[in-house]
Amino acid sequence: MTTLLILALLLPVAGSALVLLLRRNPNAREAASLVTAGALFAVVFSIYQAVMRGERPAVVLAEPFPGVPIVLEAEPLGVLFALIASFLWIVTTAYAIGYMRGHHEENQTRFYTFFAFAIASTMGVAFAGNLFTLFVFYEVLSLTTFPLVTHAGTDAARRAGRVYLGILFSTSIVFQLLAIIWVYVLAGTLDFTPGGILEGRASAGMAPLLLGLFVFGIGKAAVMPFHRWLPAAMVAPTPVSALLHAVAVVKAGVFAVLKVTVYIFGTGFVTATAASVWLMWVAAATIILGSLVAFRKDNLKARLAYSTVSQLSYVVLGAMLANALGVIGSGMHIAMHAFGKITLFFCAGAIMVATHRTEVSQLDGLGRKMPLTFAAFLIGTLSIVGLPPAGGAWSKWFLGIGALEAGQVGLVAVLMLSSLLSLAYLMEIPLRGFFGRATEEGDPQPGHEDRAHGPDGGHGDHGFHGAPRWSLAAILVTAAACIALFIHPDPFYRLMTLVTAP
Amino acid sequence: MIPVAANPLAQSLAAQLQIAQNLVSHYNYWVVIVLMMVGFHILIARGNLIRKIVGLNVFQTSVFMLYISLGKISGGTPPILAGGVGHGETDAHGAAEGAHQAAEVLYSNPLPHVLILTAIVVGIATTSVGLALAVRIREAYGTIEEEEINAIEAEAGA
Amino acid sequence: MISEHLPILQVVIPLLAAPLCIFLRGRAAWGLAALASGSALAISLALLGRVLSTGAISYALGDWAPPVGIEYRVDAVNAWVLVIVSTIGAVVGPYALLSVEREIEARRIPLFYAAWLLCLSGLLGMAVTGDVFNVFVFLEISSLSAYALIALGRDRRALTSAFRYLVMGSVGATFIVIGIGLLYSMTGSLNMADLSELLPGVWDTRTVRVAYGFLAVGFCLKLALFPLHLWLPNAYTFAPSAVTAFMASTATKVAVYMLLRFFLTVFGAAFSFDVMRLDLVLLPLALAAIVSMSLVAIFQENVKRLLAYSSVAQIGYMILGLSFASATGLTATLLHLFNHALMKGALFMALGCVMYRIGSVRIEAMAGLGRRMPITMAAFVAGGLSLVGVPLTVGFVSKWYLIVGALERGWWPVAALVLLTSAMALVYVWRVVEAAYFRQASAGARRSGEAPWSLLAPTWALVLLNLYFGIDAMRTAEVARVAAELLLAGTGR
Repeated sequence: MTTLLILALLLPVAGSALVLLLRRNPNAREAASLVTAGALFAVVFSIYQAVMRGERPAVVLAEPFPGVPIVLEAEPLGVLFALIASFLWIVTTAYAIGYMRGHHEENQTRFYTFFAFAIASTMGVAFAGNLFTLFVFYEVLSLTTFPLVTHAGTDAARRAGRVYLGILFSTSIVFQLLAIIWVYVLAGTLDFTPGGILEGRASAGMAPLLLGLFVFGIGKAAVMPFHRWLPAAMVAPTPVSALLHAVAVVKAGVFAVLKVTVYIFGTGFVTATAASVWLMWVAAATIILGSLVAFRKDNLKARLAYSTVSQLSYVVLGAMLANALGVIGSGMHIAMHAFGKITLFFCAGAIMVATHRTEVSQLDGLGRKMPLTFAAFLIGTLSIVGLPPAGGAWSKWFLGIGALEAGQVGLVAVLMLSSLLSLAYLMEIPLRGFFGRATEEGDPQPGHEDRAHGPDGGHGDHGFHGAPRWSLAAILVTAAACIALFIHPDPFYRLMTLVTAP
Repeated sequence: MIPVAANPLAQSLAAQLQIAQNLVSHYNYWVVIVLMMVGFHILIARGNLIRKIVGLNVFQTSVFMLYISLGKISGGTPPILAGGVGHGETDAHGAAEGAHQAAEVLYSNPLPHVLILTAIVVGIATTSVGLALAVRIREAYGTIEEEEINAIEAEAGA
Repeated sequence: MISEHLPILQVVIPLLAAPLCIFLRGRAAWGLAALASGSALAISLALLGRVLSTGAISYALGDWAPPVGIEYRVDAVNAWVLVIVSTIGAVVGPYALLSVEREIEARRIPLFYAAWLLCLSGLLGMAVTGDVFNVFVFLEISSLSAYALIALGRDRRALTSAFRYLVMGSVGATFIVIGIGLLYSMTGSLNMADLSELLPGVWDTRTVRVAYGFLAVGFCLKLALFPLHLWLPNAYTFAPSAVTAFMASTATKVAVYMLLRFFLTVFGAAFSFDVMRLDLVLLPLALAAIVSMSLVAIFQENVKRLLAYSSVAQIGYMILGLSFASATGLTATLLHLFNHALMKGALFMALGCVMYRIGSVRIEAMAGLGRRMPITMAAFVAGGLSLVGVPLTVGFVSKWYLIVGALERGWWPVAALVLLTSAMALVYVWRVVEAAYFRQASAGARRSGEAPWSLLAPTWALVLLNLYFGIDAMRTAEVARVAAELLLAGTGR
C-alpha cells in the first residue's frame, strides 16, 4: 500500500522524464502523457479503495529535522483531492493535445514536462502527512507551475509571472511559514491529527491570529487581498488555466486551509475559541467582491478567474464554519467546483482556438456554430451557480445549512446573493452564444486560416464551427461528469463524512 | 606546571592594575591613548595613501607601547635568570625550577615583549603590503590621493 | 601515530605548501594548492569524527604543556568551522584552475596560489588554536594574504578596495590585540581554557570590560557586521571570482566563530549575556543589517555586489541567532555558518562561470543567459532559491531554526522580520533570474556557450550539497546543536 503512495508521487515525475525522452516524436510524447495520467488515476483509485476499507497507509520519505519528517499519508480528504486532480489530468491532457496543436504553441515539450511535475507536486500536497510536507510540496507546486504561467515568454507573461510567484512566495514565506513554525513551537509536532493538535496548547487569544496567518499565508486560496496572482496567471495557455488554476493550484490552497482547520486546529477548538468568525467575513467579502469584479470583466478568462476567486472562498468559508456540515460542504465544493470550472475553461479555450475570440462581447451567435461547446458551458454554469441538475447544487446545499447551523444567517444571505450574481455573469455567455446576433466581425475566418497552414493543424476537418476533436471530447467528459455528480455524489460525500467523523 | 592563579607575576599585575584605577600615576596609559588617537586621526583625516599607512603605523605602535609597559614590574630586574644558569631551562623541570627562583628574585615579565615582537613583524608585513598596494594604485591611477582616485572613478562610471 | 598530530597538520600542510608554490610553475602550483586543500578537508573531517565520538582534543604545540605552551584545542565547535573552511577550500581549489588562468596574469599565478594557501592556513589556524595570541597571528596571516588576493582582481578598483580593506582590517586586528593584551594584563594567561577559568574572578574590573569592548569592535569589523561592513562590498565585487567564492564562504564565517569563541567560551556565556547584555547590543545591529542590506541589494546592478550586500545581510542572520542567547538560536547561527557558505559559494562560483564566458557579471550583461549557459544558470537559480530559503534547500533549514529560536523567546515580530527579508531576497535573486530567462540575449551572451566542466563540476558539487543538506539536515543540525550546547555549557540555557 505504501508503495502506491510513492508511486503516486513518482509516476508523474517518470511521465515528465518520458516526455523529455520522446520530445522528437510529438505523438509518442503525448501518448506518454496520456498513459501516465491513466496509470496515476488507477493508482490513486486503489488508494481510495484502501482508504474506504479503513486503511491509512503512510510512508516517511526523509527526515530533514528531528521530529519533522517528510511523510506521505493517505486520508479521506487528501484522497478526495488526489482523485479529482488525477482524473482531471487525464482529461486535461487530452484537451491539451488538441489545444496546443490547434494553437501552434511553442515549446510544447517544456509544457508537458512541467505539467507533469506540477501534478507530482499536487499529489504531494494531497498526500502530505504533516504540515511541513504540505508546505514543501506547496512551494514546489508554485515553482513548477511558474514556467507554465510564463509559457508565452512575452513581457506580459513575465509581468504575470512576477505577480504570480511574488504573491504566492511572499505570502507563504512570510505568513504561512511563520504560522507553521509557531505551531511547531507550541505543539512540538506538525502531524495532521484528527481533532487537531493545538487544543490546550494555544491560547484562545492567539488562535484567531494564528488561523488568520494560515488563511492569508496560503495565498493559493486566493482570499482577498491576496488574490491578484490568479487573474494574472491567466496569460498561461488555457489547459494550464483549466487544470492548475481551476483545479490543482487553487484547490491545493483551499485544501490546505481545510486541512489545517480540521487536522491542526480541530473544528472543536476553532468553534470553542471563535477563532474563525472574523475570517468567515473575510471569505464572505471575497465571495461578493470576486463576483462583482467578474461582472465587470469582458475578457472571458478574466471573468472565469474572478469567478474562481469568489468560489474558492466558498470552500474557505465552509472550513471556517468548522462544523460537520460546513466541512462536508467545503470538501464537496472542492470537487464540484473543479468539474464545473474546468468545463468552463475548456470551453473558453476551445472558443479561442476555433475563433480567436477572447472577449465575452464577441460571442454573439457563436453558440449556433459551436452548439456542443456552448451547451457544455451551460452545464458548467449550472454547476458553479449551484442549480440542479449539476453537482454544484449539493455542495452549496451543505454550505448553506452549515452556515445556518453555525447561526450565521448573514452568511446564508451572502451565499444566495453570490449565487444570483454568478448566475448573471456566467449565463450571459451561453445566452449571447445561442440568442445573440452574429456580427460581421464575428466571422471566425482567421482561426480557420491559421490552422490551414500550421504544421500540426491537421484537424481541418472540423472547420471553423468546432473545437479541436481532442478538446471537444474532453469538454463533453467534464460536462457529463457535472451531471453525473448531481445524480451520484456519493463517493465524495462518503469521503467527507469520514473526515468529519473518523 | 605553573599554577597561574598562584603565579606571583599575575598577582602582582592584578595588584598593579588595582592601583591603575588612578590613571594619573600611570602615564604609560596616557602615552598609549594619545598615540592611538593621533594615529587614528591621521588614518581617517588624511586622503594621501602613504599618510594613511603612516597613521596606521602610529596606531599600531601605541599597542606596542601598551604591551611593553605591561611587562614592566616596579622594582623588577630584566628577565635574565639570576643564578642556576645551565639547568637546562628547556625541559619542564627547568621551568619549574625557574618558577621557584622567580619567587626569590623579582623579574620583569618577558612574555609581553615576545608577543609584541610578533606583532611588530606583523606590522611590518602590513606596512609593506600597504605600500605595495599604494605603488600599484599609483601605476593604475597616476595618483595616491584618495579624492583624485574617487574623481577618476566617478568620471569612469559616468 | 599521525592521527595524534592532526590538529597541527591541519595548519602546517597548507602553510608549508604555500612557499613551495612560488617555486612551481602555473599548473603545478595549482596542483599543489588543490592537493593541500583536499588534504585539509580530509583532516578536518577526521577531526570532526574524532571530536564527536571522543570529545575535545587538546594538542600541545611542540610538546609544551598548556597553559604556558600553545595549545591547539579542537572541540565540536571549531571542528565544525574547520570542516566549513576546508570544504569550501577543497571545492574552490579545483575550480580555481581555469578561472584564475582567465582572470590573472600568468606570471602571478604561482604567487596567487601561495597567497591562497596562506589565507587558507590562516583561517584554519584561527579556528584550530586554543591560544588567544595565536589567534591574532593567524588572523593577520589570513588577512594579509586576503589583501593580496583581492588586489589581484582585473579591475583597477580591486587595488583601492584591497587598500581600504587593509586599513579597516588592520584597525580591527589592532583592536583585537589591544583586547588580548588587556586580558593578559588581568590574568597573566593567553590560553583560552585557562582564561575562561580566571576571568570570572575579575569580571568586575573596568579593564576586562574595556577589553571586551575592544574585542567586540575588532571582531565585528572582521566579520563585517553592519555598520562596520564598509570594506566588504567592494572587496567582494572586484576580487577575482575564485577569491570571492572562497572568501565570502569562509573569512567572515571564521570571524563569527572567533566572536562566539571569545564571548561565549573565553568570557563565558553568563558574562556576555547577563553582565554585558551582548544579546541586547547585537539584536538591533543584526536586524538593521538584515533589513537595510537586503534593501540595498535589491538595487544593485552588478550581481557580485548584489550578493556581497546579501552576504552582509546574511551575517546579520548569524548574529541574530547569537542574540537570542539560547541553544536554538546558537544552533541556527552555527548551521547558518555552514549553510551560508554552501549557498554563497555556489552562487559566486556560478558567477565565476559567467565571468569566464562573458567577462561581466552586470545584470544587463547576463540577459538571455538562461538559454546560452543553462547549466550555469540552473546552478544560480538553485543557489538563489537556497538563499531565499525555499524548503528542501539548506537556506530553509537555517531559517527554520532561526525562527524557532525567535518564537521561543516570544519575539514574533523578529520572526516576521526574518521572513519578510526572505521575501526581499526573493526580489533580488529574481531580478537576475528574470534577466537571464526572459530578456533578449546581449551581444556577449549570444556568442558565449556553456562554461567548461572543470568550472561547472565544483559549482554543482556545492549546489548538490545545498540540496542534500536541505533534505537531510539531521546530521548538520545535530553537530550544530552539540556545538551550541558546548558554547553555552554551564549556563543552563
